[in-house]
Amino acid sequence: MAKITYIEWGGTEHVVDVPNGLTVMEGARDNGIPGIEADCGGACACSTCHVYVDPAWVDKLPEKDPMEEDMLDFAYEPDPQRSRLTCQLKVTDALEGLVVQMPEKQI
Amino acid sequence: MAEHIVVIGGGQAGAALVARLRGQGHDGPVTLVGEEPVPPYQRPPLSKKYLLGEMALERLFLRPESYYAEHDIRLLTGTRAEAVDTAAGTVALAGGGRLDYDQLALTTGSVPRRLPEAIGGALPGVHVVRSLADVDAMAPDFVAGARVLVVGGGYIGLEAAAVAAQKGLDVTLVEAAPRILARVAAPETSAWFADLHRRHGVDVREGTGLSHLTGEDRVTGAVLEDGTEISADFVITGIGIAPAAALAEAAGLAIDNGIAVDAQGRTLVPGVWAAGDCASFPFRGGRVRLESVQNAIDQSEYVADNMLGAGRAYDPVPWFWSDQYDVKLQIAGLNQGYERVVVREGAGGAVSHWYYAGETLLAVDAMNDPRAYMIGKRLLEAGRSPAPATIESPRTDLKALLKG
Ligand SMILES: Cc1cc2nc3c(=O)[nH]c(=O)nc-3n(C[C@H](O)[C@H](O)[C@H](O)COP(=O)(O)OP(=O)(O)OC[C@H]3O[C@@H](n4cnc5c(N)ncnc54)[C@H](O)[C@@H]3O)c2cc1C
Repeated sequence: MAKITYIEWGGTEHVVDVPNGLTVMEGARDNGIPGIEADCGGACACSTCHVYVDPAWVDKLPEKDPMEEDMLDFAYEPDPQRSRLTCQLKVTDALEGLVVQMPEKQI
Repeated sequence: MAEHIVVIGGGQAGAALVARLRGQGHDGPVTLVGEEPVPPYQRPPLSKKYLLGEMALERLFLRPESYYAEHDIRLLTGTRAEAVDTAAGTVALAGGGRLDYDQLALTTGSVPRRLPEAIGGALPGVHVVRSLADVDAMAPDFVAGARVLVVGGGYIGLEAAAVAAQKGLDVTLVEAAPRILARVAAPETSAWFADLHRRHGVDVREGTGLSHLTGEDRVTGAVLEDGTEISADFVITGIGIAPAAALAEAAGLAIDNGIAVDAQGRTLVPGVWAAGDCASFPFRGGRVRLESVQNAIDQSEYVADNMLGAGRAYDPVPWFWSDQYDVKLQIAGLNQGYERVVVREGAGGAVSHWYYAGETLLAVDAMNDPRAYMIGKRLLEAGRSPAPATIESPRTDLKALLKG
C-alpha cells in the first residue's frame, strides 16, 4: 500500500491509499480522480494516462521501458525528466508519498 | 434540468456515457441497464492478460462498483431490456420492471457470430470470446498439451491463439479467406502476423474452410473443406460479430449495419441515441461501424455531450491495438479504400505499414513501433499526408514531419 498524491492541473489535490499490485493509473481510476483517462485500460497503447512526477521522485521510480519512452514523446507537452505513463507504474510500498501532477490535457 | 436519462448496455460505451453525463454536470437521474451480472468492464484483456492468467478480475472493471452509487447513477446489473416504446418513452425490463425516460441511449454492443448448430456449433467445448462468462468458461480447457482449434484469423482468434501457444497448447488456426486479417489489414500485415504465429508453433492454415465439427457429447475435432481431419480437445471461434441491434429494430429504429445514427449520434427518433459497437455513423462520405475501445469511448462522450445540448459532430481518427506474444500492434486511422501500402523498417525489428489512397495517408499499422504509430496518428489528426516516398526512405526522420 502506498499513499499517493494526485494533483489536478487546476491544483486540486487528492491523497489516496493505493494497494500494492495496482498501477498508479488504477489508483486514480478506482478513486474517481479526474485528469487521467487511460482509454486503453493500461495496455500502454494510448498515452492518455500521462503525468508529471514530482522532481524528488524522478530518480526513485523504475526506469521507463522503450515502449513507454516512445509513447511519452508524443503525449501532451511531455517533460523529458518528469513525464511518465501511470499505467506502467506498479504500486509497491516503495511508492509511499509519491506525488504526481496531471497535465493540462490528455491526447 | 432533471431529465431522466436511461442507457441500455453496460459495457465500454455505456460506462463512458454515464460517467461523461455526470462529469458534464447533468444532475437529473441516470440509469444504466446491463444484462451481464457484473459492473461494466473492459473486454480487451479477455483475450490477452486475463486469459493468460496475469490479470485479476477486479482490474477489469472500468470503475469500482462503488463509483455508480457515489455518482448517483442507478446501475442495474443482470437486467435485460426487453423492449423500447419510443412513443411512450418507456423501456420494459425482463422480469416485469419498466423505466420511463426523457432521453435514451442504446449502447448494446455486439454479439459474436457462432458456427451453425448443423455443423456442430452448439457442441460443448466450442467457445466464443466476447464476455467474461465466455472466457471463464473456456479457461479450464487451457491446459498445457491440450489441442485447440481456432476458427477464424481475425484479431480475436489470433490473440486467443497467441495465449494458447504461450500456455503450451497445441494450436491449429484455420482461416477460410486466402489470408488471416483479410477483412481489416493489408497483405503485408497479414503475412507479418502469419509468420509471427508460425514462429511460435501455431499451425496457421489460410484459405482453409471448415466443413464441420465432429463429436457427439462434446467436440472432438473438425473436418476441413479439403477433407483433412483434425482432432481437438476444444474449439475457439473468432468469426466476427454482429451489431446488437435487435432491440432497436423491434422499436422501429432505422438499421443500416447496426443502429443508424447521424454525426451527433442521434437516431431518427428525437431523444433516442446510440453509440459503440452497435451503431453506424457517417464517415468520409459513407457510413461506418467501428468495433473498438476508442470508438466506444469517444462516440459515447459525444452522445453524452449532445444529449445535454452541445451539438458536436463526431469525426474521429480511429485507433486500435492488439497484443500477441511480445508484439504490440497499434493502428491509427482506417485503411478502408487504400490503394497501396508503404513499408517502413524501424529500429530493432519495429516495422510499420502506411496505407495510402493516391497521395492521401489513410492509416498506419505499427508493429512494436510506437513512434511510427504516434507520428502517424498525429499526422492523420492534422490532416497531413507526407509523400509515400518520404515515409519509405530510411533517411527520413519521422518526427521532423510533425514540424512546420
Ligand atoms: C476479447 C475481446 C478483445 C478486444 N480487444 C480489443 C483491443 O485490443 N482494442 C480495441 O480497441 N478493442 C478491442 N475489443 C473491442 C472492444 O472491446 C469493443 O469494441 C467494445 O467493448 C465496445 O463497447 P460497447 O459498449 O459498444 O459494447 P460492449 O462492451 O459489448 O457492451 C455492451 C453491453 O450491453 C449489454 N446489452 C446488450 N443488449 C442489452 C439489453 N437488451 N439489455 C441490457 N444489456 C444489454 C451487453 O450484455 C454488454 O454488456 C475487444 C473485444 C473483445 C470481445
